[in-house]
Amino acid sequence: MIPGGYGLPPSSKILKKDRLPSFLERLLEERIVFAPVRRGEVILIREIHAPSEVVLEYENAKESPKSIFFPEREPLFRYRTEKGKVEVDIPPGRERSRVVFGIRPCDARGLLLLDKVLGGEYRDPYYFDKRAETLVVSLACDHPNPSCFCLSMGGGPCSPEGSDLLLLDLSDGYLAEAVSERGAALLEDPAFEKSDEESLAVAKKIKRESEVSMKPVAMKENLEEHLERVFDDPVWKDLTETCLGCGICTYLCPTCYCFDLCDEAAGSSGERIRVWDSCQFPLFTQQASGLNPRPTAKERFRQRIMHKFSYLPKSQAMLGCVGCGRCVTECPVNLDIREVVKSLSGGNGG
Amino acid sequence: MMENPYVPFPMRIEEIITETEDDIIKTFELSFVRKEEEEQFVYTPGQFAEISVFGQGEAPFGMASTPTQPGRLAFSVSKIGVVTGALHRMEKGDVVGVRGPLGNGYPLEAFKGRNLVLVGGGFGFSTLRCLTNFILHDSNRKDYGALTVVYGARAPGLLLYKKDLEDWRKRGDLQVHLTVDKDEKGWQGHVGLVPDVTRSVAPDPRNAYAVVCGPPAMIRFTLPVLKELGFGDEKIFLSLEMRMKCGIGKCGRCNVGSKYVCTDGPVFSRAELAGLTAEEHV
Repeated sequence: MIPGGYGLPPSSKILKKDRLPSFLERLLEERIVFAPVRRGEVILIREIHAPSEVVLEYENAKESPKSIFFPEREPLFRYRTEKGKVEVDIPPGRERSRVVFGIRPCDARGLLLLDKVLGGEYRDPYYFDKRAETLVVSLACDHPNPSCFCLSMGGGPCSPEGSDLLLLDLSDGYLAEAVSERGAALLEDPAFEKSDEESLAVAKKIKRESEVSMKPVAMKENLEEHLERVFDDPVWKDLTETCLGCGICTYLCPTCYCFDLCDEAAGSSGERIRVWDSCQFPLFTQQASGLNPRPTAKERFRQRIMHKFSYLPKSQAMLGCVGCGRCVTECPVNLDIREVVKSLSGGNGG
Repeated sequence: MMENPYVPFPMRIEEIITETEDDIIKTFELSFVRKEEEEQFVYTPGQFAEISVFGQGEAPFGMASTPTQPGRLAFSVSKIGVVTGALHRMEKGDVVGVRGPLGNGYPLEAFKGRNLVLVGGGFGFSTLRCLTNFILHDSNRKDYGALTVVYGARAPGLLLYKKDLEDWRKRGDLQVHLTVDKDEKGWQGHVGLVPDVTRSVAPDPRNAYAVVCGPPAMIRFTLPVLKELGFGDEKIFLSLEMRMKCGIGKCGRCNVGSKYVCTDGPVFSRAELAGLTAEEHV
C-alpha cells in the first residue's frame, strides 16, 4: 500500500477517455483482460479481446467477478488409479498474468473477505495464485443504485479497498488513483497524464455526492452480538416464510464462498472438482445418517444472515456483506437483506 | 503442514477388520506408501483425517489408532453413504488417499495428572479407543490419574475393538464398563443405557475430566448425568460431528455458531459450546 490512502490521493493521474483504448490495447498485449461487456440485456465481467467491447457506462454487472478468482467449477487435481497404485497430478499454474478492469468497488472489496477466509493456516493455493497474478482496476460509483448499500457495510461507492487502481469518472476522463504499488506501476503507461488541482477538487465533490445519495441501512450497534441473542426469536420464521431456497443470493454474492468437493470419474481416472455450493440447499448439511441440523428454510436462511453479520465479524473482523445489492434485486420473492437486518435490529434480544 | 491442503497422499490398506456382527462397521488399517508423509503425520488423539476413495469422493474419520504406534493409521468406517460404501468394497492392498491430521484433538495437557472418565457409544467410540490406548502406553500412563471407560452398544455383537476390550480387562490400571441395551446369553457386562452406567461408575468430579463421544441421543442424556455428578461445563469435553467437505475451515458447512467443527474442533468443552449460538446438535 502506498501511504496516504483514500481521500488524499498520493499518486493519481488522469486518463482521458480518448486515450482509454490505447491503454487497454497495451494491457491486452501483456495480460488477459477481464472487463464489463454487454451480453444481451445485461452487463457481465468477461475476458475481452478488443477495447471496443468494454462498457464502462453501467450500474453493476449482473454477476460478481468472484469467479475470476474462485471459479464456479475448478479441477483441483487429476488422479489415475491402478490396482494398488494411485497417481495424482496438480494442474500447472497459468502463464499469463491478468487484469480485471472496471469492476465496482463493492466487488473489489469483496475480494478482501475471500482473502481472509481462503487464507489463514490452510492457504488456498488455487485462489491465491489467481489473486497474485491478477491486477484489480475498479471504477468508482458516481451514481449508486437504489439497491446499493456499500456505505452501511463499511465500504463506499468510491472505496479503494481491494483495488490496485481506482478510476473515477470526471466526464471527459478518469481520475486514476494508485492504491497499491502494482497499481502505481500501471500509471507509468503513456496514456496517463498528470492530474491537476481542479480535477482533484471535482473528484472530491463527486465522491461526497455519491456517498450522500446512498440511503443508510438501519443496523443495530454490535449487531454480531445482538444476532446471537435473537437466534431463537420467532421472527426468523416470519422472515423466511417466502424463501424458495433457490440459492440465487449466494450464487450472485461477491463474498459467498461455500463450496463442495466432488470426484468426476471416468473409469480408472478422473478429477477432484471444487464447485460452488450454497447454504440455502437442504443437502448442504445433510449427513449420511439422514440427520440435518438445518432442516428447513428457516435454519438455512438464518445461517446465511448469521454467517454474514455475526460469525464472520467475530472470526474475521469483517462483515460478510459488501452491500452490492445483487441479492436484493434478484431475489424472486423480494427478500431484501436490508429489511431483514432492519427487522432483526428491532428485536428486543430477549 | 501440507503445501496444497486439498491434495491427499496415498496410503495402502494393510488390514480390514469386520468389527460388528451386522458387518456395518469395518476398521481399516493403513500404512504409509511414502516415507515423507509417515514422518509428517504427527497426531493427537481426537484428531481426524479425510479419506479419499478416488472416483467416489472424500469423508472425514477420526483416527482410531494411537500415535504411540507409529507407521499405521486405523479408521473405523460405518457403511452409510457413498464414500463409506465404496470403502467397504475395498480390499487389502488397495490404495486410498488421506489428508490430515486435521482438527484439534483432545486437550491432553489439561488431562495430565487428572482422573478421566471416557463415555462412548456405538461407533463414536473410535477416537476414545485412540485416547485410551494412548494413555495406557508405557510412556504415558504415569502422566494420567485413574481411567474409567464406559462404552455401550445396542447389543454385544455391535461392540467394536473386541481384542482391545479383552486386553484392557486384563489390566489393573483402568476400569472398563461395557453395557448393552438388551441382555444376551453369555453377556457379563452391564445391561442398560450409557448415562445410567455413567452415573454409577464415574469418578469423583474433583480433579476429573469427562470425555463424551457417541450418538446424539447418548450425548443428550449423558450430559445431565455428568452435571448432576458435579462435572462443570469446562470439565466435560465432546467430539462433534457435522457434515464436512474440506476439513480445513473453508467450505462453510460444519460451523457451529462462529466456530468450525473441522478447525476449531472437533473437540469442544461443554463450556465452549454453551457460548455458541447453534442449531440443536447434541
